[in-house]
Amino acid sequence: MSALRWVRTNLVLILGLLVLAYTFVPIAIVILMSFNEPDSRLIYKFDGFTLDNWLNPCADPGMCEAVARSIEIGLLTTVVATILGTLMAFALVRYEFSGRSSTNLLIFLPMATPEIVMGSSLLALFVAAGFGGSLGFGTILIAHIMFCISFVVVTVRARLAGMSDTLEQAAADLYATPSQTFWRVTFPLVFPGILGAALLAFSLSFDDFIVTNLNAGTTTTFPLYVWGVAQRGVPMQVNVVGTLMFVISIAIVLGGEARNRARTRALREPAAMDMPPPVTAPRS
Amino acid sequence: MRKHGKVGYLLLIPGMIWLILFFVIPFYSLVATSLYDPNGSVFAGYEMTWEFSNYVHALEDYWQPLLRSFLYAGLATLFCLVLGYVLAYAIAFKAGRWKNLMLVLVIAPFFTSFLVRTLSWKLILADDGLIVNTLQFLHILSQDGRLLATPVAVIAGLTYNFLPFMVLPLFASIDKIDHRLIEAGGDLYASPFVGFWKVTWPLSLPGVVSGTLLTFIPAAGDYINAELLGSPQQRMVGNVIQNLFTDANNYPAAGALSVILMAIIVVMVLFYVRRAGTEELL
Repeated sequence: MSALRWVRTNLVLILGLLVLAYTFVPIAIVILMSFNEPDSRLIYKFDGFTLDNWLNPCADPGMCEAVARSIEIGLLTTVVATILGTLMAFALVRYEFSGRSSTNLLIFLPMATPEIVMGSSLLALFVAAGFGGSLGFGTILIAHIMFCISFVVVTVRARLAGMSDTLEQAAADLYATPSQTFWRVTFPLVFPGILGAALLAFSLSFDDFIVTNLNAGTTTTFPLYVWGVAQRGVPMQVNVVGTLMFVISIAIVLGGEARNRARTRALREPAAMDMPPPVTAPRS
Repeated sequence: MRKHGKVGYLLLIPGMIWLILFFVIPFYSLVATSLYDPNGSVFAGYEMTWEFSNYVHALEDYWQPLLRSFLYAGLATLFCLVLGYVLAYAIAFKAGRWKNLMLVLVIAPFFTSFLVRTLSWKLILADDGLIVNTLQFLHILSQDGRLLATPVAVIAGLTYNFLPFMVLPLFASIDKIDHRLIEAGGDLYASPFVGFWKVTWPLSLPGVVSGTLLTFIPAAGDYINAELLGSPQQRMVGNVIQNLFTDANNYPAAGALSVILMAIIVVMVLFYVRRAGTEELL
């Protein structure tokens, strides 16, 4: 009887956890299949346990080349989009300029446009401009930077807008030059936002299929490789890459969370020792 | 305090140039492409003949995949709303100090490649898999019934893949709700159901609006789920556009279809946002 009551009072939480569990089912399968020894490449099912896929991740050299290319494109995209987007976020939060609402619209639209429309528009432009024959690394990079900028702006802007400028005023009162204030106070405070934006940009770029597929020419990134092999039999190493992506991102996110907690705790300590608490504890 | 002066423009310009060159101008190219003479080819070049009949032909030939896209995306959005609301509500109100961890867990599965996790749905819904066998045992599916290559598989894939786009905005809205309002409703003899319907749900509407938009728009343009989990009978408009561009090399038709897709989405979004009364979203 009491078990039934416990279920009733916690029904929403239980249902929520069930939904959460559901989102992990495919991940469990990806991890499981990374240890699969398939009988045939054509039938996608678990046949037996092996470590081969992990020991020879590059059994199909095409896959590792595609992964390397995706990482390269992802890193270049991240650097350019993060710089351009961060500058824009600073302008939006800290500076007055005319045309603010159309600027906001231009930043919002790429996030609200279906990828297939963005991809076909870019392809139409490239072909019209005479680059139809040279689609590849360069055009993929241009496309990825384009759709990552908005996400960077939104992420960094949220961090900047939530930040009070009292610390910067204090630095200025203590005769810090504007550039000292920026590099010693502002930048370290915004940095977690920039880092988050960079991670987001990398994962958007690394995982993009629809825009890339239209503008890749004969160049193959990891998602394009998976698309190709999906028609003719998937090597299990694909699941090794999937598992690695999952593990690495979890590690990064949890690491960030742990650091935040440690920092918040460190900032709380002086208050416990009867000292005046810090004016603004940087929170995230 | 916002500063005046030229610096603001200098910071904005590089990013704006990129967006104008590679987001705005391509739209013009797309519209232009959709009006080219359909008798040309990518290799011989196209002539601009203001061929508005491209649109008529595109609608005539591809109204089915177009309609199907909106139907599948609409259903997937509805399922995402139900699942996402439960999850977002549980995180916002019931998770306590596990709130942050649960939010991380919501996003975590989606760091794995979109295509790889869609492929694993192929295994979950496989013909001799657990789900199909159970449904056959319960006589919900006939003995040779299958889930793969049916609308069910495509909609399930779409629902799964776009769920976080629903959960995060919903969470942001529900988390802001003042719990005392719900308690006040209870004090005034509102049943939990009435309390939810009259207090929580209306206050969470901004999240519902942005969540449904963020789910519906990419789902309507998606063709990965239709291709990997469906069959040619489940082709969505994205599949058609992609094929017209890369295999059939019929740029004018592909362009026209893209413009139609975008136009329908813009009209739906504007109508929806106005109805829901949350214009500040844009």
